[in-house]
Formats: sequence, C-alpha cells, structure tokens
Amino acid sequence: MMADDLGYLKETASQTAGPYVHIGLAPGAAGFDIYDCELGWDIAGPNAAGERIRVQGRVIDGTGSPVKDVMIEVWQANAAGQFAHPDGGGEVEDGFRGWGRVITDFQTGDWAFDTVKPGPCPGRNGATQAPHLNLWIVARGINLGLHTRIYFADEGAANAADPVLTMIEWENRRTTLLAERVEGDGPATYRFDIRLQGDGETVFFDI
Amino acid sequence: MTKPAEFYQRDTARHPPAFTPDYKTSYARSPRFSLISLDQGVGEVTGPTFGHGDIDAGDNDLLSNYAQPGQSPIGERIILHGRVLDENARPVPHTLVEIWQANAGGRYRHKNDRYLAPIDVNFGGCGRTLTDAEGYYHFRTVKPGAYPWRNRVNDWRPAHVHFSVFGTAFCQRLITQCYFEGDPLIPRCPIVQTIPDPDAITGLTAKLDMNATIPLDTIAYRFDIVLRGRRATLFENRMEGT
Repeated sequence: MMADDLGYLKETASQTAGPYVHIGLAPGAAGFDIYDCELGWDIAGPNAAGERIRVQGRVIDGTGSPVKDVMIEVWQANAAGQFAHPDGGGEVEDGFRGWGRVITDFQTGDWAFDTVKPGPCPGRNGATQAPHLNLWIVARGINLGLHTRIYFADEGAANAADPVLTMIEWENRRTTLLAERVEGDGPATYRFDIRLQGDGETVFFDI
Repeated sequence: MTKPAEFYQRDTARHPPAFTPDYKTSYARSPRFSLISLDQGVGEVTGPTFGHGDIDAGDNDLLSNYAQPGQSPIGERIILHGRVLDENARPVPHTLVEIWQANAGGRYRHKNDRYLAPIDVNFGGCGRTLTDAEGYYHFRTVKPGAYPWRNRVNDWRPAHVHFSVFGTAFCQRLITQCYFEGDPLIPRCPIVQTIPDPDAITGLTAKLDMNATIPLDTIAYRFDIVLRGRRATLFENRMEGT
C-alpha cells in the first residue's frame, strides 16, 4: 500500500454489495442458519426509553419497480438525542444500540423495522436537529452506499428549524425525507418510500 | 468536552460513479440528481460499536464454521488477512469486518442463486471478525470460483470475496470486493471496471503472501483496507463572539 508525498493513504474503493449481500449480513434471510446471533435486529431493546415506532416502506427504482434485494442500515439517537458511541453526547441506556439492519421481502420489496422515536440532537454551531434516522442503502446496482435521512412529518416545527432540511436548496425535494404517520391500531407507524431515481427522487447526501 | 473532528472528503475519483452503463443494473438504481453535501454532525462522526459478545471466536473460519464434524469444504484452502487502516495510516482497532463469497465452484448458498454449479454441504460462505489492537484481521476460507452472471450475454465475475467494514463512524461505512492477483477476468469485469482509477483497482487486488502461508496446509493472500481518515482539528467553524 503506497502512501502519498504527505504520508496519507487513499480510501479503499467501494464496490456494489451485489445480489447476495444477505449471505454475509443476514444469512437467515439467504436461507441458512450459521451464526448464533445475527447482528442488527435490535435497534432499541425492551429497556430503551421513548415512544415505540415502526417504520415501513419500499425502495423504488427508476422504472417504478420495487427493489427486492436491498439492505438498509439505520443509525439513530435515543429518545434523549444521544448516540451509542463515546462521542455521541452522553451515556445511553442499556439495551439501546441505535443501529440496525433491515432487508426487503424478496417477493414484494416491502421492508419494516421497529425502534424508538429519536429525540432532537445537537447540530453544528449551536443548532438543534429535528428527530431523524440516518440510513445507508446498499444493493446490487448501487456502486457506493447511499446516505439519506428519515424525518417525521408530524414534527413540523422542529423540521422547519432543522439545519439539514433547510439547507436543501429545492424546498420541494425536502418532503422526500419526511415519513408520514399511518393511521391504525398498534404501535405508531410511519411510511417512508425511497425513490432511487426519477419523479420524487429521494435526497441523498454526500457526507 | 472535546468536540469530535470531521472526516476527510471522499475522493470521488477513487470510487465508482452511481451510473455505470456497462454494469446494467446501475441504470435504474442510480440517482440522477447530485448528492447534497452535508457538513458532518454527531450522527455522521459516530457509528455502531461491536464487541466480542456480538460474535463467536470461530466465525472467522469458513473452513469449519458450516462444515460437518470432521469434514471441510472443497477448494483451495486460503488465509485471507490484512489490516484495516485509515487515511492517516493509523490502524482501526476492534472494528467489525464481515465477508461473504461463493464456494470453490462459484455458487452462493443463497435461495436466489440458481447457477448450475453445486452447493457445497460443508461451506456456508460467510464469516466475521473484529480487528485486533493493531487493526489486523484474518479469515480462513476456500478461494471462491469465478461464475457467470446476467449482464451482457457472456460476463463472468472474477473470483472475489465481499467485504463489509465499519470503522468508528457511520460516514466511514464501506462495502467492497476483494479480488485475487493475476486473475485474467479482473480487467474484463464490468463491476470492477466501474472504478475509474486503475490504482484503486490494484488496491482491491489481494496479493499472494508466501510469508503468511502455512506450509503443506494453507496458502495466503493479503488484503489491506483503508477507511476515511479524520482531521486533527475540531469541526465547529463559527467565529468567536458570533
């Protein structure tokens, strides 16, 4: 591995996760049990504080078809706005991991995960970020994982002051990051469809 | 409290663009609008942490982690090892590395893979480990086979192992593929060739590492991984007094 003149290395290039990403990261879904414990199915354990929510949706490609082999990772703050990390803003409660994985149903492309609703968290330069979930999306045909965010449509005032949403120049594109509350029984459920391309293309971030 | 510093900008000349026509699936799955640049905040410079309670010690041995007792998978026995470093050339310790691959015949143990090469009853095809304090990792496995795939009418993937790496921050998250030195399919592969920089492709090619082989037992390949590096300075940029 060659360092440049200043001694820096270059980041390893990305390659698509391919159609069989489940073998490595969700082998049960690929059709076999190998690990005692698969990772990513417990974003917020029973002890985690806050409102229990379910987020569901689809990833839709440029032809309007659901993407049925996608994997999404979630990274979020707890109900107090802290991330489970030494630089995350404080100690989180036992059982709150804040990270998870979700894959789609191979037949329908539907996905859903359960978690707790995050609290507002600090932004840069003294700002406050509205409650949101960070997502990273990989699949066959996606050459470099896509970063996006889920905000909650019922957090109107917080969203209006959010430094990331308001930074998006095209106001009509900001709504692509809003999950809508679905009426019904059971836990609070939000709908969030991700459009990779075309009408209503979701905002993706270069972070 | 010390404010965390941000990570270096990604070098887009090293990574494949989203839309790469020779890799046909990218047509409908690539955003047409540019990515919106986001100043990193707490959710970007932090990420999940993993410990030895999350995985089992034998998870990095693909020769045994799905084999029947006393048996092992068919294929060329290899050690695949290396270090995870950042762009500052510092090791990334205790980070999760996950791999998955086809068996020696080029067949994946996946309900969606219909290739006519057979499943190997003794091979699962996935493994995971944590890097040690020096960023070092190793796996034992079999060298995967090449296989055909539906892209152009006669495309074949070079032998490859998929890698997933975390680092310490969500903005470092990376999935890539490791190829093997000398494989003539590398320059012919539309997925490899999504990468515009030949030097970056060399970086994805594991080198034969004779010093790490175990004589009369297992041959070795070395694959080092570099994740984004981090600035030494803090990221607040508001002037004093404003």
